[in-house]
Amino acid sequence: MSCVLILADFIGGKNTKKTAELATAAARIGDVSAVVLAPTGQGAAYAAALVQGPISTVLVVESDSFAEHGVGAAADVLTQIIAQKNPAAVLIASHAFGKELAGRTAVKSGSGIITDAVDVAADITATQMIFGGSTTVHSKISHGTPIITVRPNSITADLKSVSPTIEMLSFDVAESSKKSTLTSSQPPVRGGRPELTEADIVVSGGRGTNGDFAAVEAFADSLGAAVGASRAATDAGWYPHSHQVGQTGKSVSPQLYVACGISGAIQHRAGMQTSKAIVVINKDPEAPIFEIADFGVIGDLFAVLPKATEGVNARKA
Amino acid sequence: MKIAICIKQVPDSWAEKKMVNGLLDRTNVDAVLNDLDEYAVEEGLRIAEAHGGNEEGAANTVTVISMGPERATEAVRKALSMGANNAILISDPKLAGADALTTSKVLASVISKGEFDVVICGTESTDARMSVVPAMIAERLNCAQLTFASAVTVDPAAKKVVITRVTEAGVDEMFGQFPVVISVVEKINEPRYPSFKGIMAAKKKTIEVLDLSAVGISIENAWSVVVDAAPRPARAAGVKITDDGGGGDQLVTFLMEKKLI
Repeated sequence: MSCVLILADFIGGKNTKKTAELATAAARIGDVSAVVLAPTGQGAAYAAALVQGPISTVLVVESDSFAEHGVGAAADVLTQIIAQKNPAAVLIASHAFGKELAGRTAVKSGSGIITDAVDVAADITATQMIFGGSTTVHSKISHGTPIITVRPNSITADLKSVSPTIEMLSFDVAESSKKSTLTSSQPPVRGGRPELTEADIVVSGGRGTNGDFAAVEAFADSLGAAVGASRAATDAGWYPHSHQVGQTGKSVSPQLYVACGISGAIQHRAGMQTSKAIVVINKDPEAPIFEIADFGVIGDLFAVLPKATEGVNARKA
Repeated sequence: MKIAICIKQVPDSWAEKKMVNGLLDRTNVDAVLNDLDEYAVEEGLRIAEAHGGNEEGAANTVTVISMGPERATEAVRKALSMGANNAILISDPKLAGADALTTSKVLASVISKGEFDVVICGTESTDARMSVVPAMIAERLNCAQLTFASAVTVDPAAKKVVITRVTEAGVDEMFGQFPVVISVVEKINEPRYPSFKGIMAAKKKTIEVLDLSAVGISIENAWSVVVDAAPRPARAAGVKITDDGGGGDQLVTFLMEKKLI
């Protein structure tokens, strides 16, 4: 069976659930080798975190260049691993770092690239939802080693327990891949809520909040959800720009998306239309967002949300 | 400093987009300068203005570089009317349907010949949304990649650029030496509206149109091929209720029925 590489997804030193999602897709194609790019001396600890998902082998490369020189250094090493292992495909999580790494690796290794796949089949056909989820496209890569980035939350992870073989690899990072240098890094302030793109549930507020996100946040916290915002809300300065969902913000596809006081302009829908279930609360019965709602409440979010929060909390108690 | 801004003309993000023969139908929609590239143009102008300006005879020039059909001159003119000095448009029928690999190859080739110090891009185009071209350009030019910048500081004497970037991993500070490829996030600045004077001046500015032979590179077919594309069926209409005081409870019941909580 051919080997398929995935890039184990570590953020802030922690393995994310995207690793198991990537492994699940990759296992359809071949034997999964998870690449771990770790700081010097921490390879074993990083590798030890990979105990879920159909992973056969963990390939560990240690270098402080990954943190210090970012995408360039990672692409350099990943390209060398591709040359050594000759995999059938390489799957990477679709976030800013993952996509840039895929891009640079594609250039270096002379390979085609597909980003933002929501599914990958055994024959390495990738499914994408484009134009804000309005069109489904199936594509294949015709040159080099297919490099595909996969959207978080789009593949149901096989979380079986595994104890993969660990292989330590050693590669040098070329000086030409060290052109940008990190001087400081501060972890994101998240207030205990999950990351927007990987959350199972997202509760978003828009113009209808009038700048008061308390009810939205309370409902989000009752569900263990991430908080999103429409462009109208971030433009008004009501919520940080990093929480913007939509065409020029983040794309999310959670199990449940709750849109509160959001009219549903095409740009917003482009970022959330592929959510599995959509709930809408809006005072305006004509708001276009109702067209894509599985469950819509015509009403004031400040009346509906506290009741719903109470209901969810009561159920948990 | 020689500053280059990479821009793209895209279908208006309000427009409905369709696929024709595996490619985005670009002919039947309004085309505009990619929203996110306006921040790049603005940032380039601000960098020039902070270090002696880009008026004729000043120390800096701001050049707009774009790849696209002849029609893309409209988007290029907009960037010129904001205050860029001149523009290069790479336009060739062979580039129709070019993927990110080809786009980055063409742009990198033009940038490399122009010996630019600072290259600025938007983070992504609102049509393809891949967000990979700036990183690919940096790779091809073998230069510093400073992407997703929310703040940029340039020191022309030291030939050094420092950026702040916000990513999944947190808030980072990074630097690189000229030449650098920067991509800027939305909200790094407030792009200026072209003034009447700017619009008039832009009409006289040079747009150098190059085809592939003038650029001096050959391109290959796209390395990813669309097998099929189909509009996604519209979501089936769901339940819609009016809140009469019990809307919150009904919502919770819906979530329970669907096993979402």
